[in-house]
Amino acid sequence: MRIAVIGAGPAGVRAVETLVAAGHRPVWIDEAREGGGRIYQRPPQSLRRDARMLYGFEARKAEGVHATFERLAPVVDWRPETLVWHIRPQARRLSTQHQGRTQATVDYDAAILCTGAMDRVVPVPGWTLPGVTTMGAAQIALKTQGCSIGARVAFVGTGPLLYLVAYQYAKAGVTVAAVVDTTPFATKFAAAPGLLRGGATFVKGIYYIGWLRAHGVRVVEGATPVAINGTTDVQGLRWRGSDGREDLVACDAVGMGWGLKPEAQLADLAGVPFRFEPLQHSWIPECDTSGRTPVEGHYLAGDGAAIGGADVAELAGARAALALLQDAGQSVDAVRVAALDRALAGQQRFRIALERAFPYPAALAASVADETLLCRCEGLTAGELRAAAREDHDVGPAPEMNRAKAFTRVGMGRCQGRVCGPAAAEVLAASLGRDVASIGRLRGQSPVKPMPMLVPEATP
Amino acid sequence: MKLQRVRDANRPGIALTLDGAEIAAQQGDTLLTALLAGGAGSLRRSEFGDGDRAGFCLMGACQDCWVSVAGVGRVRACATQASQGMKVTRG
Repeated sequence: MRIAVIGAGPAGVRAVETLVAAGHRPVWIDEAREGGGRIYQRPPQSLRRDARMLYGFEARKAEGVHATFERLAPVVDWRPETLVWHIRPQARRLSTQHQGRTQATVDYDAAILCTGAMDRVVPVPGWTLPGVTTMGAAQIALKTQGCSIGARVAFVGTGPLLYLVAYQYAKAGVTVAAVVDTTPFATKFAAAPGLLRGGATFVKGIYYIGWLRAHGVRVVEGATPVAINGTTDVQGLRWRGSDGREDLVACDAVGMGWGLKPEAQLADLAGVPFRFEPLQHSWIPECDTSGRTPVEGHYLAGDGAAIGGADVAELAGARAALALLQDAGQSVDAVRVAALDRALAGQQRFRIALERAFPYPAALAASVADETLLCRCEGLTAGELRAAAREDHDVGPAPEMNRAKAFTRVGMGRCQGRVCGPAAAEVLAASLGRDVASIGRLRGQSPVKPMPMLVPEATP
Repeated sequence: MKLQRVRDANRPGIALTLDGAEIAAQQGDTLLTALLAGGAGSLRRSEFGDGDRAGFCLMGACQDCWVSVAGVGRVRACATQASQGMKVTRG
């Protein structure tokens, strides 16, 4: 049986581990040079350091994933630095490109997509200035390159990553100008009983916040970002406090992020239906708790299926592989399946509390000022999208996201709406006076990322 | 945008050029790190007249760090390793 696993983060590693243990030799593909995914991304050889320094409390898990990856890569058909840019679910064929230099197709009988996630952002005036990055970017710079995004960095957004990255920067000796959380303290406090289910994860979160405050880092809660000041680079971050007063810190870089969103373009191209998940406030591809999708032979695991974090991804990767084996008629260890299902269910309860503690600020996204750039790729403002919702085109105003894309080019650029999509949906929905779930989502398009054309076939 | 080297900043040096100007970088740098820690300030200019860009996501998703490398073509600076002698142009 030909099996393809896309992605070598925590989910992909545990999926391949399970498949290899059952006697398979899958094709394993990742855009990165090595396994680990974004969460456990490794620096290049010349700046390797001890895992404790790089991954903090998660060092043991990171080392576990890396060690497993290194054991597996030589015994499967491992294809690093390879982009899967298209998937044909009926033909069961992947189109891939290696280093932008050679292309190859991969035929499969079953595929597990472990495609991960990226930051979810809300446009703020000044957010396209050099010096503004996502929260994930700020962390990757430090973790894999030993660099901070600036000398004096402010962080704005919400979610566990906000405090974790600020802590990691301060620990590395970088001046953290401020941590500006859009979630009020009361919201987090109300979710605390549920968060207690998270055990160690919850305690670590509290530790980071406490550490930041104890080290004199300014932490603001319930704030509304107003602008990132600067004309050619970042000069400061402005926000309105919960008391309505405006405030400003000087900084030369800003990290921003409001949780994560699945990188689910391949699932989309594979024909997997999506549903709006109200708690994550996000469109997610449909699959059952074992990772089975309604499209036969196609499985999902990890943050690419729904945001659950690295621990969930490890469990889900193994579980999806077991589902695949079960569906292929192979016998699997029922005790292990039950244990994974129990662990995943427990994590799900914690996740619900986490989403309640750090909600996506939909109202903030919906109220992005008319003159603010909404779509970075196409240089489109929020006002231009609102106009498309008002204008009476021959076919009426834009009633949903893909029509709005056709009218305005929102989400039509190089990133295909990965960055602007969630905020653009809020802007359009608010303009139309409709619920965000009712205006659809930007469809995935092949190729899922820009790539060179006229690339020769790989010689086998 | 100026990336600050806060750890492992004493690796062997490599040299590349950006729009003809010398950039001093270090082995193990991505192209994005090499350029933005080396004083490039930005990587490309928005085609729509709204200013310079210097990448955003650093994970190959946002497509806002494209540069051209002589003999290679257009690449995402965040996902490309810098190497000795690379000739890079913005955008």
